[in-house]
Amino acid sequence: MSDLRFTPGQVVEVSRAIRGGAWRVAEYRLRNMLHWWAAIVSFGLGNPVLYLVSVGIGIGGLINHASGGHLLGGVPYLQFVAPALLASAAIQGVMDEVTFPVMEGFTWEKYFFAINATSVSARQIANGVLLAAVIRGVWTVVMYGLILLLFGAIPVASLLPLMASSLIAGIAWAAAIMAVSANLKNDDGVFAIIGRFVIAPMFLFSGTFYPAELMPIYVRWIAWISPLWHSTQLGRQYTIGLAEPVWLTLVHYLYFAVMFAVSIVIVYRAFVRRLGE
Amino acid sequence: MLSAKGLKKIYGDFAAVDGIDFEVRRGESFGILGPNGAGKSTTMKMISAVSKRTGGDLNILGKDPNQKGPEIRAHLGVVPQKDLLDRELKAWENLFVYGRYFGLPRKWLKTKVDELLAFAQLEDKRNSKVDEMSGGMQRRLAIARGLVNEPEILLLDEPTTGLDPQARHVLWDRLFRLRENGVTIILTTHYMDEAEQLCDRLVVMDKGRIMAEGSPAELIKTYASKEVLELRFGTDRNEETAPQVAKFGERVEVLPDRVLLYTDDGEAAMEAVVASGLKPITSLVRRASLEDVFLRLTGRSLVD
Repeated sequence: MSDLRFTPGQVVEVSRAIRGGAWRVAEYRLRNMLHWWAAIVSFGLGNPVLYLVSVGIGIGGLINHASGGHLLGGVPYLQFVAPALLASAAIQGVMDEVTFPVMEGFTWEKYFFAINATSVSARQIANGVLLAAVIRGVWTVVMYGLILLLFGAIPVASLLPLMASSLIAGIAWAAAIMAVSANLKNDDGVFAIIGRFVIAPMFLFSGTFYPAELMPIYVRWIAWISPLWHSTQLGRQYTIGLAEPVWLTLVHYLYFAVMFAVSIVIVYRAFVRRLGE
Repeated sequence: MLSAKGLKKIYGDFAAVDGIDFEVRRGESFGILGPNGAGKSTTMKMISAVSKRTGGDLNILGKDPNQKGPEIRAHLGVVPQKDLLDRELKAWENLFVYGRYFGLPRKWLKTKVDELLAFAQLEDKRNSKVDEMSGGMQRRLAIARGLVNEPEILLLDEPTTGLDPQARHVLWDRLFRLRENGVTIILTTHYMDEAEQLCDRLVVMDKGRIMAEGSPAELIKTYASKEVLELRFGTDRNEETAPQVAKFGERVEVLPDRVLLYTDDGEAAMEAVVASGLKPITSLVRRASLEDVFLRLTGRSLVD
């Protein structure tokens, strides 16, 4: 048994407490992620290696051999798929951090309500969760990018812009998925549906494994609305010198800006509403 | 420290809190007593500066919570009804992470966490995860967490609901100690014994309104008598026997299973009842409690 030293209202510096709440929420999320570090690290390293070996080298070898290297404007298949794989990894990496953690926060464990009882505001909690997802995205993209480099799948000079265009897709996608999860009362398999009916078609029809233009026009729209396609197109400009009109490049960036802006408004509204009920 | 005037929270056309007035003074232990659904938790959410009021005035530590929520919350300690501890984290991490939310420095927190674990009698559970701890331990950890920022006001929502009697007493002892240290405490409860033990002053709430206010002793004095004689005549006879008993005390209440006779001398009333020829199956004289106050004010018992 011990006595508590206590000076009510003296230790917290209010100006300090109300600033930087998002970083402290992110700090908490990262601490939480550390419990799964082995899974996160091995997935971050294992996933690219598996894809590069099977799709890049295996299928790529077949395609390059069959075409005599004349397909895809003479670009080796591995280099063709590399930007798409990186963008896809960024998108999937962030998703883990804005789906179940948000359900836990609001519904399963209600942690967000405990955080909101402190000087941290609802928006700061949203920002913190997103920030942690972005940090996870950075980790994924850096790991994957370096492995791409090791496999000779991308030129050294393209590494930074490629990582940036992939990360932008990841950030916009994280906000979009969070706009969904922040409004869910129950999971009810929504994330599984997103996985099967959004992520899977996106992965298959966004020009990941072949140029999207090869598809008939009635499935081409899937690419146009897909963050993966926009990011992949940007990435291919940096890695294999894909030629695109300037307006289309601007459309790619605008697409992500709009996706992020609309999503974050929805996210904030949901957080403020649910935590203030 | 805290004052509410005409405080309201209306959801759609349902008034969860329907215009209540009260004040809490520095260093006092203030209780909100009422049955489930009385509006206690809604009131608590508003004075935690989380849920915005829909009417009336509320001033906490000199500020308006609708405008300055985070600033006010920097000086509040909140112990929610369901603990809301992080089950992925160890006991000490729960305290540490929470302290970080207030921007408290890591080094300072390291010492504070140990101090709080000692206060909560959880030193040997330092590295345990929340699921490995009993309900009483979890609640003590939640209280320790609420103290990490050395708050001006500690808010406890139903602090001992769901705990066994021994765990309740350990908890009461800890809260008593905080009271002695001059911490301002606001708690909600539907247990009258808890309110009597812990509160200097309390309000009795029902259906979103305050029915009465005062110290436990004052309330009992005003709304009940010194003693209560409980008589059981059998379920089917309580109702019809009550009028015959009424003349032996100040007031009579009929519950489904017993008749309560309010009087300043329970033994004497008991003798009078027996002398009149009535034969209760069992009888009991006890001190009047807040339960009786509540019954008087609302016509219902606290725990339905």
